[in-house]
Amino acid sequence: MALLTCQDLSVGYDGKAVLGPLNFSVNAGEYLSIVGENGAGKSTLMKTLLGLQPPVAGKILTDEEFSHREIGYLPQQTAVQKDFPASVREIVLSGCQGRCGFRPFYNAEEIARAVGAMEEMQIDDLASRCYRELSGGQQQRVLLARALCATRKMLLLDEPTSGLDPKVTEEMYTLIERLNKKDGITVIMISHDIRAALRYADRILHIGKRVFYGTPEDYLKSPDGKLFFAVEGGEER
Amino acid sequence: MNAIFEKLALYLAYPFVRYALIVGVLIALCSSLLGVTLVLKRFSFIGDGLSHVAFGAMAVAAILGIKNEMPLVMLITVLCAVLLLRTGQNTKIKGDAAIAMISVGALAVGYLLMNLFSTSSNLSGDVCSTLFGSTSILTLTETEVFLSVGFSVAVIAAFIFFYHKIFAVTFDENFARATGTRAGLYNLLISVIVAVIIVLAMNLVGSLLISALIIFPALSAMRVFRSFRSVTIASAIIAVFSAFLGILISILAGTPVGSTIVVVQIFVFFLSVLANKIIKGASK
Repeated sequence: MALLTCQDLSVGYDGKAVLGPLNFSVNAGEYLSIVGENGAGKSTLMKTLLGLQPPVAGKILTDEEFSHREIGYLPQQTAVQKDFPASVREIVLSGCQGRCGFRPFYNAEEIARAVGAMEEMQIDDLASRCYRELSGGQQQRVLLARALCATRKMLLLDEPTSGLDPKVTEEMYTLIERLNKKDGITVIMISHDIRAALRYADRILHIGKRVFYGTPEDYLKSPDGKLFFAVEGGEER
Repeated sequence: MNAIFEKLALYLAYPFVRYALIVGVLIALCSSLLGVTLVLKRFSFIGDGLSHVAFGAMAVAAILGIKNEMPLVMLITVLCAVLLLRTGQNTKIKGDAAIAMISVGALAVGYLLMNLFSTSSNLSGDVCSTLFGSTSILTLTETEVFLSVGFSVAVIAAFIFFYHKIFAVTFDENFARATGTRAGLYNLLISVIVAVIIVLAMNLVGSLLISALIIFPALSAMRVFRSFRSVTIASAIIAVFSAFLGILISILAGTPVGSTIVVVQIFVFFLSVLANKIIKGASK
């Protein structure tokens, strides 16, 4: 069952397509990596999937029981957040905001949800710490916990490991893999890291001059996949 | 020391002094509430921009001979606030330029209109008191006091009611939007509240000094505190304290109300910078 299907989707700004047409679908429980060069339109595609901007052409079809409210989102850090005075608890709890509607305060269930998400991300001991004083990896865990408060169906991750050192990057990938495999959360990840995409993802969408959509095995046989291994030397197979 | 208290007691016996204290403290409190949000959204100068719009609107009201200008000024300012903040965090630079444009534009048009059609004999006095507030806080009528108190209470109530939503939209507008929070609506709400605060605060500090009321308490609190809630509460307390002290000093020393309050706030800001240094030093 496909949660999300893109039909001839073109994305871009002000009616001008920067990317497309794309055809792919994401099934429940799947792990999709979107890779491609800088400027290929990865972030634009993500914003369109999130419903932050309309598609230039084509359609995004969603499963009947699935709506935009059920997409959790791990964005790239913005300049605003770098000096934002906020505790970890406040940020994680704000992930529940979408459920509140016009209700002004969080209810017990939402608070329990936030506590649960913090425990799962192993940041419960940081709950009253200030977000801007945390390390890069800890900050990403906080934002991931917030996304888990919003939904447990689908996560969209925008370069979740950029700016992290190799060890923390590995931890992050393991964490995401666990959410995908153990909790059955559908994952769509935008990434530079083709090596990690090949290792963890069920499907790869390569965007750029040529578009590829398929399994990691088929990707290795595609022109872009071959190019990648020509550059990387094909080690660690 | 006793002489000062006697003098204070004498002044406090006058209703207009008590009005000034109540209204002044309430307005300062309101202004400080959204300070954190505006500073973080890089809209520190929204106060300046909108207050100049309010200045222009006041000039128009004066020319039209409208006695109670507050509703008209409020309406025009709210409209401009909506226009300015509508762009949100995705078009930061445009927002900056738009504020500058509207602010100086309104200032120039307002002053020009006042010059061309003025009925007052003391034009520069009028302009000066609109820009710096001078003594108008001490000449409030009872209607204006009730109006100001009413609006202040409404602003505080709205802020408390929408506190979590304002936090979500300020911290990460895209996330809030993507997960089903009506970010556009709350941005609109923030702009309306800001506009109301600015029209209120014009009585207190005049249109040139309003930004100080909005940003100084927030910046001071952000030096010392680390969570959104503690920063918000601290900036409210700082604002109330500064307004209270500033008004008392200005009554005793005969200094202009608005600038005295702002000087007290600057003083508090440096104290908090110092406190931050000490806390950091102690934790090392």
